[in-house]
Amino acid sequence: MYAGKIRQILLITDGCSNQGEDPIAMAALAKEQGITVNVIGVINEDRIDEQGMKEIEGIALSGGGVHQIVYARQLSQTVQMVTRKAMTQTLQGVVNRELKQILGRSQSLEDLPPEKRGEVMEVVDELGETVNLEVMILVDTSASMKSKLPTVKEALIDLSLSMGARSGANLYSVCVFPGKNGDVEKLMDWSPKLQALSSIFPQLSTGGVTPTGPAIKVALASFKQKRSLRSLLSGDDESSFEESV
Amino acid sequence: MMMNHPLKNPFNIIPGTVITGKWHRKQFKVIKELGSGANGTVYLAQHGNMQIALKMSQDGLSVTSEANVLKSFAKVQGSALGPSLLDVDDWESSKGLFSFYAMEYIEGPDLLSYIKQKGRVWTMVLILQLLNDLAILHEKGWVFGDLKPDNLIVKGPPARIRCIDVGGTTQIGRAIKEFTEFFDRGYWGLGTRKAEPTYDLFAVAMVLINTAYPERFSKTIGEIGQLRDAIRKKTELTQIEDVLLKALTGKFTSANEMRSELLQKISGIDTASAGQRKATQPQPEGRNTTPSGSPAGMSRTALKQQRQSSVRQAKPKKQKKRRVWMETFFIFLAVSFLYFFYILFKVI
Ligand SMILES: Nc1ncnc2c1ncn2[C@@H]1O[C@H](COP(=O)(O)OP(=O)(O)OP(=O)(O)O)[C@@H](O)[C@H]1O
Ligand SMILES: [Mg+2]
Repeated sequence: MYAGKIRQILLITDGCSNQGEDPIAMAALAKEQGITVNVIGVINEDRIDEQGMKEIEGIALSGGGVHQIVYARQLSQTVQMVTRKAMTQTLQGVVNRELKQILGRSQSLEDLPPEKRGEVMEVVDELGETVNLEVMILVDTSASMKSKLPTVKEALIDLSLSMGARSGANLYSVCVFPGKNGDVEKLMDWSPKLQALSSIFPQLSTGGVTPTGPAIKVALASFKQKRSLRSLLSGDDESSFEESV
Repeated sequence: MMMNHPLKNPFNIIPGTVITGKWHRKQFKVIKELGSGANGTVYLAQHGNMQIALKMSQDGLSVTSEANVLKSFAKVQGSALGPSLLDVDDWESSKGLFSFYAMEYIEGPDLLSYIKQKGRVWTMVLILQLLNDLAILHEKGWVFGDLKPDNLIVKGPPARIRCIDVGGTTQIGRAIKEFTEFFDRGYWGLGTRKAEPTYDLFAVAMVLINTAYPERFSKTIGEIGQLRDAIRKKTELTQIEDVLLKALTGKFTSANEMRSELLQKISGIDTASAGQRKATQPQPEGRNTTPSGSPAGMSRTALKQQRQSSVRQAKPKKQKKRRVWMETFFIFLAVSFLYFFYILFKVI
């Protein structure tokens, strides 16, 4: 039986990567595997530098996801909004593709009159409520992020409160970069709740470099590992919704 | 949702611009901007000889989904559940394609400004009206979600509270679509974000608390402890403490139950302080802090008006039969459509 599932990477950072693979290329790679990459840029009252902004946009664009720049204090609302929005976009992509197949022409949601669009949206809403969701959360813990980390923790716990109200299942995993020993460190393996973070998060040490690209790479590997483990155990194929643009 | 966006208003439509819908060719002449938020910008516009509110967004999905909610409200007879929906369309502007919907323009100040202008005695009247509307909304299977004073406009005279911004309005049982921290029980650690009537009733209690704390406050220890402390620091809140605490802890089974307990509470206080009745006239703000200016001092006229307005809610039932048929038909349509997609997804 077909069981749809949405897979996302949520990257929380405050600026520029400076180590390892090109994060924009890594995001493109993720998209090819049906994983969307969403980016939240957290800034203090001061402005974010232009280059950092460009990278944030670039990663989300090539990762087929959503990006948003916010002040640290608005993080909770943003994290859930971005996750939801990206989910809806993916589902819309799926529905769009089906529409094209049925109608046999290059038709997307925008080409439908508003009345028809409304009916399709109801289906998208319904799917958004019931679909299973897997989010790999990547948190930038370079030195400049230090003061924002408690807020990030709160926002992530809040995210699981929001998504937990859906009837679909949720799985999260959390990685930080740079890690204690190496570029990336897995803080929490796939789990249906993020509450456990409250005890792990404060013990973080923050380093200097920002290996965003390698972090995305590790995230992809983690999705893959999870997948092969599953198919080994259950012997069935996992399918997932993919973005179609 | 309250959020600052780097690209807050990408349309920047100049007053006088005529917007012609791509599909329905209806014309709207923009008069001015009314406000903007997370989901777009709302303009006041002229359509024929009617003034309407027009919500324009880059995000076609949010327009479609809000319009869906308003459309289904339209099926509720004699409803004041949200602004009535007039049109949904796209606008091909020089800057790109934007989706919009046109709705009833609800003219008036928001709840907090109104109370500030007209005096605290109005708080209870308006909250009782709101609870009435919520009862209907819940009965129809919806939860309002993003309930806050900014989304409550007082029309009139006669004063009548109206909800705008259905961006958070969610079918009961699903996950709340949009919320604002201060009014969200999840934020305070007092419940889930599942759309249940109790979710809205929590927000109503927070709206009441907000009237006594116009600046709002942030979470420290959170949960019921912090909120109870806040209630006990304000006389106008301590008078209705039981009702507030019940709403905050999800103990009311319905909006009607909360409404009647609130009504009971304030009528009780009303007789106890009979000598201190106030006229329903605008009063200088400074006097509101005296006990007589509190909601307890709600005037007889105000109460009567409230009763009248709830009587008016009971509409004649002659069209009911047809409604039922229409409803059945729509449900049938919706179900077959969903089923179609269900099969589709299974096959693929
Ligand atoms: N029907 C209406 N009649 C009059 N004013 C309206 C109407 N709808 C919206 N407004 C005004 O426009 C403002 C923004 O509208 P709305 O709240 O719908 O936008 P939003 O993008 O959903 O904002 P938020 O960030 O609060 O969710 C409102 O605060 C209100 O002042
Ligand atoms: Mg609003």
